[in-house]
Amino acid sequence: MTDTAHAGHLETATGLDNRKLAIWTFIGSECLFFATLISNYLVHKETWLTGPGPFPHDAWTSPAGKVFEPIIEIPLVTLGTALLLFSSLFVVLALANAQRGNRKGLLLWLGLTLLCGVFFVGMQVYEFTHFVHKGLTLKTNLFGGSFFVLTGFHGTHVTIGVIWLFTLWIEAFRGKIPPAKSLNLEIAALYWHFVDVVWVVIFPVVYLIK
Amino acid sequence: MATTALDQQRAHAATGHEPTGLWSWITTVDHKRIGILYGATAFTFFLMGGIEALLLRIQLGTPNNTFLSPETYNELFTMHGTTMIFLAIMPLSAAFFNFIIPLQIGARDVAFPRLNAFSYWVFLLGGLFLNASWLFGAAPDTGWFGYANLTSKQYSPGLHVDFWMLGLQTLGVASLAAAVNFFTTVLNMRAPGMKLMRMPIFTWMSFITQVLLLLAFPVITVALILLMFDRFFGTNFYVPSAGGDPLLWQHLFWIFGHPEVYILILPAFGIVSEILPVFARKPLFGYAAMVFSGIFIAFLGFGVWAHHMFATGMGPIADTYFSLATMLIAIPTGVKIFNWLGTVWGGSIQYKTPVYFALGFVAMFIIGGLSGVMHGSPPADLQQTDTYFVVAHFHYVMFGGSIFGLTAGAYYWWPKMFGRVLDEGLGKLHFWLMLIGFNLTFFPMHILGLNGMPRRVYTYPEGLGFEELNLLETVAAFVLAASFAVFLYNIIKTWRGPRNAPADPWNAATLEWAIPSPPQEWNFAEIPVVHGRDPLWEAKRERGGPLPEPPRVSGAGIHLPNPSYWPLVTALGLSAMMSGLMLIHHLGPWGIIAGGAILLFGVFNWAFEPAG
Amino acid sequence: MPLTPASRHLRRWACVLPLLVLVAGACSPGHYPQTSLRPLSDFARIGDDIQNNTLYWATGVFVLVEGALLYAIFRFRGRPDDPEPRQVHGNTVIEIIWTVIPALILAAIAVPTVRGIFQTNAIPTGDVLRVDVVGHQWWWEFRYPTLNLTTANELHIPVGQTVSLHLGSADVVHSFWPPRFAGKRDVFPNRETRLWFKAEQAGEYPGQCAEFCGIQHGRMAFRVRAQSPAEFQTWVAHMQTLGVKPAPAAAAPAKDSVHTASAGARVQSAPQTSAPTGPQSTAQAAPTDPAYAAGEKLFAAKGCVGCHSLTAVNAPKGMVGPNLANVGARTYIAAGTLKNTDENLAHWIRDPQGIKKGVLMPNLGVTADEARSLVAFLRAHQ
Repeated sequence: MTDTAHAGHLETATGLDNRKLAIWTFIGSECLFFATLISNYLVHKETWLTGPGPFPHDAWTSPAGKVFEPIIEIPLVTLGTALLLFSSLFVVLALANAQRGNRKGLLLWLGLTLLCGVFFVGMQVYEFTHFVHKGLTLKTNLFGGSFFVLTGFHGTHVTIGVIWLFTLWIEAFRGKIPPAKSLNLEIAALYWHFVDVVWVVIFPVVYLIK
Repeated sequence: MATTALDQQRAHAATGHEPTGLWSWITTVDHKRIGILYGATAFTFFLMGGIEALLLRIQLGTPNNTFLSPETYNELFTMHGTTMIFLAIMPLSAAFFNFIIPLQIGARDVAFPRLNAFSYWVFLLGGLFLNASWLFGAAPDTGWFGYANLTSKQYSPGLHVDFWMLGLQTLGVASLAAAVNFFTTVLNMRAPGMKLMRMPIFTWMSFITQVLLLLAFPVITVALILLMFDRFFGTNFYVPSAGGDPLLWQHLFWIFGHPEVYILILPAFGIVSEILPVFARKPLFGYAAMVFSGIFIAFLGFGVWAHHMFATGMGPIADTYFSLATMLIAIPTGVKIFNWLGTVWGGSIQYKTPVYFALGFVAMFIIGGLSGVMHGSPPADLQQTDTYFVVAHFHYVMFGGSIFGLTAGAYYWWPKMFGRVLDEGLGKLHFWLMLIGFNLTFFPMHILGLNGMPRRVYTYPEGLGFEELNLLETVAAFVLAASFAVFLYNIIKTWRGPRNAPADPWNAATLEWAIPSPPQEWNFAEIPVVHGRDPLWEAKRERGGPLPEPPRVSGAGIHLPNPSYWPLVTALGLSAMMSGLMLIHHLGPWGIIAGGAILLFGVFNWAFEPAG
Repeated sequence: MPLTPASRHLRRWACVLPLLVLVAGACSPGHYPQTSLRPLSDFARIGDDIQNNTLYWATGVFVLVEGALLYAIFRFRGRPDDPEPRQVHGNTVIEIIWTVIPALILAAIAVPTVRGIFQTNAIPTGDVLRVDVVGHQWWWEFRYPTLNLTTANELHIPVGQTVSLHLGSADVVHSFWPPRFAGKRDVFPNRETRLWFKAEQAGEYPGQCAEFCGIQHGRMAFRVRAQSPAEFQTWVAHMQTLGVKPAPAAAAPAKDSVHTASAGARVQSAPQTSAPTGPQSTAQAAPTDPAYAAGEKLFAAKGCVGCHSLTAVNAPKGMVGPNLANVGARTYIAAGTLKNTDENLAHWIRDPQGIKKGVLMPNLGVTADEARSLVAFLRAHQ
C-alpha cells in the first residue's frame, strides 16, 4: 500500500514517513471542512426558531395546533459518543499489538474498534430515520438542513473509516500486517482519532448546548 | 493488453529507455510528464478563456450592441472568470509545481506520484465537465462568484448552476489532492543539506500556496455542498424566504476567495524572484524577508475576506477591522516589490526574454497593488466596488501579475522542459505586444469604473460617455490576443528546430539546471548534497567557470515508481459520481452509486497495486 | 513652398491633436454623467475626499517606485562578458526603512478612512426624508412611507434635506448605486440595509444596479431627480392626487385598500369615476380622447393591471411590475432601457422580450393600434 517515491533517499527530510505527514496535512485541511460545517450550524441556530419545528431543544406548536416536542434524544447519542471515544482507545491498543507482532491482539482490538464504529453508524441511521418519522427532514427547517448535513458528513467520515479499518482487519487476518507494516494501521488510526475528535466538538454543539 | 503494455513500460524503466506513446502518457506517474500535461491542458483552457474574453470585448465595443445576447454574455463572463482562475492560472502554476519543485529540491519525483496523476486527471475531467455545459446550452451564468440567492433553484432553473457547482467541486478535489502531495513533497523530499531556509524561493512560494489551498478549499467545498443541498435536496441555507441567508454564501465564498487570490499570485511571485537574480547575476535581495513576507501575506490573506463586502453594510466596527487588515497586506507586498528592485539594483542585467516578462510583472503589479490599497478604504470602495475600476485592478494583479509571471516562467524553464530555447526575437515581440495590448485594454478601465461604468453589464446605453474608451479597449484586446499568437508561433517554430538546449542556458543558480535538458526520467542520477542557497552558483564559483555539460546516463538500476492507470480510473469514478449527482432527478441514486462503485474499485486497486 | 522641418512636425502633430483631445476628453469626469468623481452630496464627498487622499499617495508611490524601476532597468544593463556584479544579499537598514515608510503612508490613509467609516455609518437624525428602496428583477421601486407615495425607477428627492434610504429586495441581491450622491449599498431579501445623503444640487442624474442579478442586470438603471424643496413639494402634492378616490368615494378612507390584491381593479375604476368632477391631473382630464378610453380598457383586458399599479398613493406592495402612476412624465422606460417617447413606449408594449430579453413582462400580442391606445392611456398618467 505504499505510494512513495523515496527511490534515491529512503530517509525523508523531516524523518516522518511521507504517508504520515500527508495524513496529518489532510487532517489539517479537514479541520477547516468541519469548522465551516459547524459554523453553518451555529449561524442558523438563532434564525431557525422562527420557522416550522421540530427543534432540538424547544417544543413548538404548529399553527394547526400540533405540538412538536424537542426532538433530540441525548441518552442514545451519549452511548454512541462514549463507544466512539472508546474505539479510539481500542485502535491504539490494536496498533500497539500490531507493532509488537501480536496478530491475535491486533485482530481483537481492531475488531472491537470496528464494532464501535458500526454501532455509531447504526445509531445514526436509527436517529435519522426516527427524526424523519417525527417530521424532521432536510427540507423542514434550517435546523433539519444544518443537522443532517453536519452529522451526515461526519457519519460519512465514520463510514469511510469503518471501511478502511475493515480492509485492514482482513489484511491482518491474512497475516499481511507484520510489525514492519504497522504504519498502514497507524495512518488509518490517525484518521479515526480525528473523526472521533470532531465528534467531541459536534456532540456538545448539537446535543448539549441549548 | 493493458497489462502487457504496462509490463513493457516497467521493463523500459528498468533498462533506462523512456517509454513513448499515448498509453505511456495515460499511465504516467512521472512528475515531469504530469507537469507538461498540466501545462498543455491549462494553456488550452487559457486560450479558450481568452477567446471568451474577446467575444465579451466585441460586445462591449459599442453601446447597445447586440453581437451577443444577454444570456450568452452572462455565460461568457462567468466562464471567462471561472476558466481563467480554475482552469488556467491555477493549473499553469501547478504545471510549474510539478515540473520544477522536485527538480529544485533535488528529488526524483513527488511524494505520491500516483496521487499526482490522480490530481491531473480530476482537473482535466473537471475542466471538461465545466465546459461540457456549452454543449448542453447550459453554461454557468451567475458569475464566478455565484452569489446566492441568484443561484437558487427559483432564480436559476436549469443546469447552468449545477454544472458550475459540481465542476468547481471536482476541481477542488484535484487541488486538495495536489496540495497534500506538494506539501509533503516539499517538506519531506528535499535533498540532504537543503534546509528550509536554503530552499529556492519559487519552491518556498509554492509551498505557501499549498498551505493556502489546504486551508481555503475546504471552505468553498462546504459552501458548494450547502448550495448543492439547496438545489437538489430542498434545504434552505441560502433561501431568504425560509430564513436562510444569502450573506452566508458571500462570507464563505470570500473566506475562500481572498486566499484564492494569493493562491493565484504567490507562484508568480516565486517565479519572478527566481528569474530576477539569475538575469541580474546577483543573489535575491533579502531572501529571508521575501520568505517571511510571503508567509505574512498568506496569513493576513485569511483575515481580510469581507473587504469584498463593504457595500453590504456590515457596520463601522467590521468595516474598520477589514479595512485596516487589508491595508496591512500592503506592507509585506511592498517589501517584495522593494526587494525585487534591490535585486536588480547594481546588477548586470542580461536582457533575455524571461527577464523582460519578470520586470514587466514588477511594473504592472505595482499598479495593481496601489489600486488595491485604494479599495481598502470602505468609503471610497463603495464607489469603486463592482465597477470597471475593480476589473482593472484585478486584471493588473491577475494578468499583469500572474500571467506575466507565468509567461516569464515559461520562457525561463522552456529549455529545461523541452530541451529547446524559445526564440529571443519572437519572445521580445511577444513581450512588447503583450505589454502594450495589456495596458491599453485594462488601464482605461480604471477611468471608466470611476466614471460610473458597472461590471458584469452586457451592454451600456449611449450618452453615458463610455463609448470611446470601450472601443479602444476592444481594439487593444486584439493586440493582446495577437501577442499570444506570436507565442504560439514561437513554440511551433522552436519545436521544429533541434533539441539542443544546454543544461544551464541562463547561468542559473538552482539545482534543476545541474541536470540535462530535458531531464532524464529519474532527474538526478545521484541525489545532490546541498550546501547553500544558490548551489549551482557556488559550484561554478568553486570551479572557477561554467560546469561541464552533465552526461546522459543509462540510469539502469535506478528505482522508479511504476506507471499506473488506477489514478485515471479513480478520477473517472469521481466524475461519474458528479455527473450522477447532476442527473439525480433523472437517474435517481443509481448514477451516484455507479460512480461510487468505480471510485471504490479504483481506490482499492490503487491501494493494493505494487507501487514499486 | 517647401515644408520646413518645423512645419512638417507641426503637421504630424496636427493629425495627433484631435486624438489627444479625444483622449483628454474621455478622461475628464465631465464627459460622464454617471461619474463618481463629481460628488453632489455630503456622503459622496466623504468617500471622494478619502479617495483623493489615497490617490495622491498612490500616485507619489507609483512615480517613485516605477521611476526607480525604470532607472534600474536602463542603468544596470549588462553584457554577457561583464564582470560579476557585487554579490549583495540584503541590507537590514534599508529593508527596515522600506517596511516602515509604507506603514507610515498607510497610517496617513487609515486615519481619514476610519473617520470616514464612522461618518458614513452614522444614522441620520433630525429633518430626514425616509425613502424605502426595493430592488426588483430588473427595476427599482421607491416608496415614501411618510408621504404615502410610491413610484418606480425615478427617485425624486429634495435638495438640502437628508434622505434616509431603507433598502431591501423583492427577489435576489442587487446593489443600489447613485454615483453622484453615494456609493453602493447592496439590497437583500429579508434584510434591511441603510444609506443616506443630502443632495446639494438640483438636476437629473443616472444610477444603476451594481450587483449582478440575472439576465438583465445590465438594464436596471434608475434616475435621481434632485429638486429644489419647492419643486419637490409641488411634485409630492401632484403625486398625492394620483389614485386618490374622488369626492364621492372619499368617504371611505383610502387606507382600506393598501393591501388589496386586486389593486389593479381599483385603479382601473379610478379615472372613470373621477373624470367628471375630479380636481385631478391629466390622467383624469384625458378621457375625451377615444384612444385613452380604448387604452384604459386594454390595460385591464391585456392583464397589465395584474402587475402594474396606477396609483401613487397607498400603492399596493409586492407588485411584480413597476408602478405606473406617473409613467407618462418619466424620462426613461423599462428601467433606463429606452427614452420615454410614444414610439418607444409602443415598441416596448408590443415587444418587451425583444427589447429586454428575459424581463418578467411577457409579449402579450398587442397590435400596433392597441399599442397606440395604451400609449395614449399611459402618457396621460403624468
